[in-house]
Amino acid sequence: MSELYVKEVRRALSARGSLLFVETVPGIKYNEVVEITLETGEVRLGQVIDVSKDFAVLQVFGGVSEVNIKKAKIRFKGETLKIPVSLDMLGRIFDGLGRPIDRGPPIVPEDWLDINSAPINPASREPPTEFIETGISAIDGLLSVVRGQKLPIFSGAGLPHNRIAAQIVRQARVRGKEERFAVVFAAIGVTYEEAYFFIENLKQAGNIENVVAFINTAASPVIERIAVPRVALTAAEFLAWKHGMHVLVVMTDMTNYCEALRELSAAREEVPGRRGYPGYMYTDLATIYERAGRIKGMKGSITQMPILTMPNDDITHPIPDLTGYITEGQIVLSRDLDRRGIYPPVDVLLSLSRLMKDGVGPGKTREDHYQVFMQLIAAYTEGQYLRELSAIIGVESLSEHDKKYLEFADLFERKFINQGEYERRTIEETLDIGWDLLATLPEEDLKLISVENIKKYHPKYRGKGSTS
Amino acid sequence: MVVGKIKRVSGPLVVAEGMRGSMVYEVVYVGEERLIGEIIGLQGEDAFIQVYEDTSGLRVGEPVEGSGSLLSAELGPGIVGKVYDGLQRPLSVIGELIGPFVKRGVKLPALPRDVKWPFTRNRDLKVGDKVGPGDVLGVVKETPLIDHLIMIPPGMHGELKELVNDGDYTIEDTIAVIESEGRKIELTMLQKWPVRKPRPYTRRLEPTEPLITGQRVIDMMFPIARGGKAAVPGGFGSGKTVLLQTLTKWARTRLNIYVGCGERGNEMADALHSFLKLKDPASGRPLAEKAVFVANTSNMPVAARETSVFLGVTIGEYFRDMGYDVLMVADSTSRWAEAMREISARLEEMPGEEGFPAYLGSRLAEFYERSGRVDCLGRPKRAGSLTIIGAVSPPGADFSEPVTQNTLRYIGTLIALDVSLANRRHFPAVSWLLSYSRYVETIERSWRKKFPQWRELRDRALSILQRESELMEIVRLVGPDALPEADKLLLDVAKMIREDFLQQNAFHPIDSYCPPEKTVLMLDVIMKFYDHSSKALLSGVPLDKIRALPVKVKIARMKEVPPEEFGKVYNGLINEIKSSIESLVKGG
Repeated sequence: MSELYVKEVRRALSARGSLLFVETVPGIKYNEVVEITLETGEVRLGQVIDVSKDFAVLQVFGGVSEVNIKKAKIRFKGETLKIPVSLDMLGRIFDGLGRPIDRGPPIVPEDWLDINSAPINPASREPPTEFIETGISAIDGLLSVVRGQKLPIFSGAGLPHNRIAAQIVRQARVRGKEERFAVVFAAIGVTYEEAYFFIENLKQAGNIENVVAFINTAASPVIERIAVPRVALTAAEFLAWKHGMHVLVVMTDMTNYCEALRELSAAREEVPGRRGYPGYMYTDLATIYERAGRIKGMKGSITQMPILTMPNDDITHPIPDLTGYITEGQIVLSRDLDRRGIYPPVDVLLSLSRLMKDGVGPGKTREDHYQVFMQLIAAYTEGQYLRELSAIIGVESLSEHDKKYLEFADLFERKFINQGEYERRTIEETLDIGWDLLATLPEEDLKLISVENIKKYHPKYRGKGSTS
Repeated sequence: MVVGKIKRVSGPLVVAEGMRGSMVYEVVYVGEERLIGEIIGLQGEDAFIQVYEDTSGLRVGEPVEGSGSLLSAELGPGIVGKVYDGLQRPLSVIGELIGPFVKRGVKLPALPRDVKWPFTRNRDLKVGDKVGPGDVLGVVKETPLIDHLIMIPPGMHGELKELVNDGDYTIEDTIAVIESEGRKIELTMLQKWPVRKPRPYTRRLEPTEPLITGQRVIDMMFPIARGGKAAVPGGFGSGKTVLLQTLTKWARTRLNIYVGCGERGNEMADALHSFLKLKDPASGRPLAEKAVFVANTSNMPVAARETSVFLGVTIGEYFRDMGYDVLMVADSTSRWAEAMREISARLEEMPGEEGFPAYLGSRLAEFYERSGRVDCLGRPKRAGSLTIIGAVSPPGADFSEPVTQNTLRYIGTLIALDVSLANRRHFPAVSWLLSYSRYVETIERSWRKKFPQWRELRDRALSILQRESELMEIVRLVGPDALPEADKLLLDVAKMIREDFLQQNAFHPIDSYCPPEKTVLMLDVIMKFYDHSSKALLSGVPLDKIRALPVKVKIARMKEVPPEEFGKVYNGLINEIKSSIESLVKGG
């Protein structure tokens, strides 16, 4: 069959949800792109998601509203969904399928890339170890991020996840290095205000020239949300692997992505898994999140920071649950801390960075970093426990020793976690605040810190020539 | 060969027509790109095929060609230290030849064909001897840690007609000829074995030897037997992967196999990296010289998760047949179960619990039952073992879900991970209240030979922890002051067991591997402290004075003492406990 053969059908059998069922034309390919031309002349993109001898199922980005199944013209393009990419994308704003929406000129493509890239060979990955300083104590000190990591923010409705993400984007840097970096921002089904909050923020910080934004707002077609993260990551991969840039990808809100996935699954009448989400949601999310990383012998990197809102603040809900199983940790925000006016309200006990151990220590941050982190967490855990206990038995019945821990927990939240939205702390400043707090505890309790580090960094000994 | 045509494509499932004459589990090549697939069902002339590579671009009408054989693993020298995907394609070689992305349709042999291996023939064999399956023809020093025995494959026997002399041979060179019923068979160092089929052995043995893992909570509290099977369920962030990688690193075995099934790419990269860097405690050689990796990360084709698990087991059985102790770790079996669910749904099978297929349990059983300690086939007589440890990732950390529950039916040791322990940074986050081991009785005798106190120490420590959880209920209601002094002491000791014994830092240069000698003595120190303190309490010494003893700080730092110095430190600690508490008694 010649490649020139135009595959076209003029009649769909039925339309439902965002799916079109059409008669099979010989030679159509699984996953190929289709163009659906409506009577009005509007063109919508779609994709073949099931093909058999009798019929094919098309998933239509943009939905099937206004599609007249008798009159729509359906054209099979013969290839999978690709987007044009170029360095000119920097500083531009696109819709969820990569079409410019900032009234600028169309970009001149350097290349066309499939939005579903091939998986990175695990044997070719370089383990991520380069510490990224975000200037936020709770993150740098206790949840250190490294280049190539995927670390989501688990938030709840109304919590300041967007402000935190914007602060990270503004402040993040790798110390001692001036390298080309870029931010790829994907808005998935968020409100117009939320999307433009980011863009305005980036403009103010003066680095809009390094940003590529893909915007699918709450008003855009639901089904397009399936494509947004993939389109954004394709652009990120182009910048990282082709041009050696260090790319930070912020995607908000992944909950909307999962909702779209569920909607599509229901339309396809698939057997639902937990809470109606499809059984393959883990795999599907993995094909997005696993696109972060570093590659041996290549200069760039892709670091991901997806944001999701936990429905009803429930961390066991399938969306945060499956995400947590794929990502390298999570930053969990706490409604309780937020109510008490702590910014950023990071629940450091539920939060975790799995790659921290490889990114901190001598030569990367400071030799005492990991031990200070362990000791702070241990003391805060003890303080939290005593807080609960004192609520029952009263503060008076605690021992003097216990009261120190109770006080520590308060100080820790107010001095260490809490900081200004425009305040940038170096890692040394963060660790020194940690030491000031640890100094309120009995020295013999600091079991997780080596004697040498205590002698060198404990405020009691600091500057007393302990190095001699 | 059977050649049919694609009739339908739906994700990883392809239906082909005109496939009469093929068999279930036969490997087929799908489409013009000849993607690898496996027949998982037949109906009339239609074959249902799960495709192990991305199916984008396949068209109805493209050819599907049968191979006539089952999905098989290549076994022979060259396997150790390799990283394979679920189809046994060598990922490190692909990375070098093709680039950092896994493209489909790549076909490379699993074992290098051009490498010459130094073969030493078995001196006990003579031409004319009757030989049978499992008989050792010779040995190849594959790595400094692995003597790779070259055996007669299962099912073959006859009279030895030829056996080559010592020398360098590739895996395709004939190294022996046997004659069976007038037919001459040429044998090479390469064997092929269908991954879904257990390799035969002479006889199963009872698992009576402990698998030393160097992890205190396992060796002491919830032991695993060599040839046993264990499951490690835990919610995300409970440290499953770290624990499993730690076990793969330090377990005292001849060979370890790590199967990353549907898990993170960066973690796999980290594991590969650290296996090259870290040294085996027994030999001082890099751990990669005694390891095989199978990596099918979460974004690689789902159908290959199943084959990656069975590939790992098959490699494990092959080395077991050499008379070695082998450990195979699968992280995570839940991802494999999810792949089964996805394929089952596309086949429109009747779903069982939570959409998983009704055969989930039997499929898990097929996997775990391939572990065991056995008398191997062939001469010389030898026994080998394959231990299987599988991770389970229960949604929402809820252990009542089908994969966890089905797994519990087949395993001997449950290492249950508790997210709340992990949140308090108690690692490894093994719950002492939920975990259990059915091997305690069977391996007790083996422990007793060297450490007569093992069982008693274990039972005592567990009962203290059990009592602690009961007392904590009371503390939560009325506060700790309401407890009698003896109970307060028990809480102190329970805390010492938890923090100074059970907690173990997987990344600390000394603490990451704790030899059994040190493990037993460490717990002994804590128990001796308990005994002496209890006596002191009875003679009226206030608890606060015991709490203030400087020896407690020393006990807390036991973990950091190098094992070779620990004997001395142990004696010092015991003496100090005795003398310092005695002086309290006298002083009071």
